[in-house]
Amino acid sequence: MTSTTIDSTSESAPLLRMVGIRKRFGATQALDGVNLYVNAGEVLALVGENGAGKSTLMKTLSGAHRPDEGEMFLQGRPYQPRDPMDARRQGVAMIYQELSLAPHLSVMENIVLGMEPRRGPLMAWRTIRQIARKAMEQLGRPDIPVDAPVGRLSIADRQLVEIGRATAVGCKVVVLDEPTSSLTSRDIEGLFTLICRLREQGHGIIYISHFLEEVKEIASRFTVLRDGKSVGGGTTAEVSTDDIISLMVGRQVEDLYPRSTHQPGEVILTIDNLAGKVKPASASLSLHRGEVLGIAGLVGAGRTELVRALFGLDPVRTGEVKLGIHTGHASPAHRWSQGMGMVSEDRKTEGLALGLSIADNLTLSRLRRFVSPSGLAMESRHWIDVMAVRCNGPTQIIGDLSGGNQQKVAIGRLLHHGVDVLLLDEPTRGIDVGSKAQIYKLIDELALDGKAVLLVSSYLPELMGVCDRVAVMCRGVLGPAHPVKEITEEQIMLEATGAGATP
Amino acid sequence: MRQSAKTTPIQNTVALARRLGILNILGPIIGLVLVAVLFSALRPHTFPTAANASQILLQSVVVAVAALGTTPIIIAAGIDISIGATIAVVSVAVALMLNAHWPPLLAAFGGVGVGAMCGLFNGGCVTLLGLNPFIVTLGTFLAFRGVADVLGDESEVYTHSNWLNGLMNPAKAFFLPWGVWIMLVLAGLLILVLRFTRFGRHIFAIGSNEQTARLCGIAVNRVKIWLYILGGAFSGIAGVLMFSNENGTGDPTTSKNTPLTAIAAAVIGGASLTGGQGSVIGTVIGAMFIMAIRNGCVQINLPHGYQNIVTGLIIIVAVLMDRLRNRGKS
Repeated sequence: MTSTTIDSTSESAPLLRMVGIRKRFGATQALDGVNLYVNAGEVLALVGENGAGKSTLMKTLSGAHRPDEGEMFLQGRPYQPRDPMDARRQGVAMIYQELSLAPHLSVMENIVLGMEPRRGPLMAWRTIRQIARKAMEQLGRPDIPVDAPVGRLSIADRQLVEIGRATAVGCKVVVLDEPTSSLTSRDIEGLFTLICRLREQGHGIIYISHFLEEVKEIASRFTVLRDGKSVGGGTTAEVSTDDIISLMVGRQVEDLYPRSTHQPGEVILTIDNLAGKVKPASASLSLHRGEVLGIAGLVGAGRTELVRALFGLDPVRTGEVKLGIHTGHASPAHRWSQGMGMVSEDRKTEGLALGLSIADNLTLSRLRRFVSPSGLAMESRHWIDVMAVRCNGPTQIIGDLSGGNQQKVAIGRLLHHGVDVLLLDEPTRGIDVGSKAQIYKLIDELALDGKAVLLVSSYLPELMGVCDRVAVMCRGVLGPAHPVKEITEEQIMLEATGAGATP
Repeated sequence: MRQSAKTTPIQNTVALARRLGILNILGPIIGLVLVAVLFSALRPHTFPTAANASQILLQSVVVAVAALGTTPIIIAAGIDISIGATIAVVSVAVALMLNAHWPPLLAAFGGVGVGAMCGLFNGGCVTLLGLNPFIVTLGTFLAFRGVADVLGDESEVYTHSNWLNGLMNPAKAFFLPWGVWIMLVLAGLLILVLRFTRFGRHIFAIGSNEQTARLCGIAVNRVKIWLYILGGAFSGIAGVLMFSNENGTGDPTTSKNTPLTAIAAAVIGGASLTGGQGSVIGTVIGAMFIMAIRNGCVQINLPHGYQNIVTGLIIIVAVLMDRLRNRGKS
């Protein structure tokens, strides 16, 4: 295994080079010294756990973020993109998971979007058509109709158009962010053929993926990102998937997790073969009182969708849910009254009404027909104390608090409501370590108190530290729950990436 | 995330004022005072008099009542531009009911009921069909006006004199005209509903973040339908008052500008078009602000065209204020 640190041994300058990139957001050091390089005609895989800093790094590369420290070089010359459009002009293009095409416009309009060739004030349609045709031919797909609106193409073909948009303007570096996550296996083959073609044409490709089997198949080199640092890398042919995984997860578990002996009681929630509209495909589990059950998996595996379907926020296709004495599916209002509460993974757009006060947010799920603002403030004060929320008082607008304190209020809502089953979707995402420790302690106390907690998390040490059992979700299917003492982070990672033995 | 290391005393004061809700209605109060000072200086003998103040209040009543009805809708991040057409339907309907020998009180309540039905139609389209409220009420803005035309046979409907005509009479009952009392009572009720009922808190929650409201088990659609019914009923009351204002005439062409004036009044009064914010007192002051300007413009003999120019520019300034107020938020 070789280090990715650049030294002067490489004779010609690499196509793209990033040196010592650092970027801080508020209290979090998102990037803490990243080095990587890509040569022309090479596919580099960028791997790392969720939250390792991959997307921040790529946003830095594409000009969406400015690095605090560090330098970038494109073809040996300093490269400082002002914004994504500037990056594209200089030759670096990003292909994101969510494609950024205008579905109502035609293929050729999308390809030249923002750089439309013109004749005087008019669109040079003939040139545009030629550019689009040539781009599609270069990608080996001259059959794609350049006049058709993009919305009518398949997902795979849309991706191709997006790549065509990058190559048509002469982009040298193409970054693919989780390009296979929404493709069928046949489409994946097509994509790989295309990537090989780009490689042969002398493009440098950065391939971001969780699926390590794919990484080994398509990339010649890899770089591992962990906690915002590039921690290693090498030639994919020389290492095993396990080696890569241990690089990804290898870190000491901090002493954040208070672990008491939980006494699991009666079963309070049973799910049998639950399936949503798209995801989850199939999920079964039983949750006991006094137990913390973790759900691991990659982003997009369908964990959030499972929790949402369970809570009545998303429609359910098939499957049974039994919550205490209640069977069947229910609206969020019913779930609350049945003793179930949920913390959303997205605090800002769903979890909290940021423009309202702490008291309003805390009490929203459980208001009596007539309310007194002072009464609400008093009730809230109790929970502010219990949760140790740092604020000026219950009437403070919640948007003014730090992420950790906001999240404490979001969880406090469940306590105020007095629910027995807590669905916590990424409850510690993007919050400071102090708040994290408090939330772990709270989860532990809730379990001791006989409550049942379903914890979705992408952070493995957290799952290992807090949960009694962990089940892994992969591509919409929930695996069996393993007692946490009988499973390792590596095994979870294997199951999550689909590389482990599927049950 | 907004986390500055230090906060200045000014920032602290502003934060305090915001918490107390003063900031949101401070603007319109200052605006109203400035307008009063300006016109008092220009017309010292006729503008700053008790009679003229009472007159401005009375002139504000119809717009204020309609604006009160639309304030909760705006707080919930909705919009209703069919208010004026609803007022026209109601004013014609009341006249027809009176001509069909209904007792005046029954006709008045009938009018409010017709307004509520208009609101129900709007609310149903917005929630059950999942349509954009602006588009729905743009449709009913035309359609309700058409209903008023059909009902009134394309002309004004005259009625015999009865006590309803006196509602908007400047003659005072307990210091203020009847119409002003009606507006104040409605404003008081609305303050209570918004502040002290679950329904009221749900309105703010939906406007601030509809997804959060759903997560917290609020029946979002049911709340919204009731909002539009409430707004329709308020327009109905405004319609009865308009009928009275036009001396007992049902006029299918009345209140063409009312929707925009009412929305402007709410926004001047601190309501945010992106939802989650709004103040009943602010809306009433906003309506008085607009009417004080009209009254003053008439007193200084500014031609009608200029009055419209001034009012129009003020609406733009009000929306700009809305933007500035909400600029800090993501």
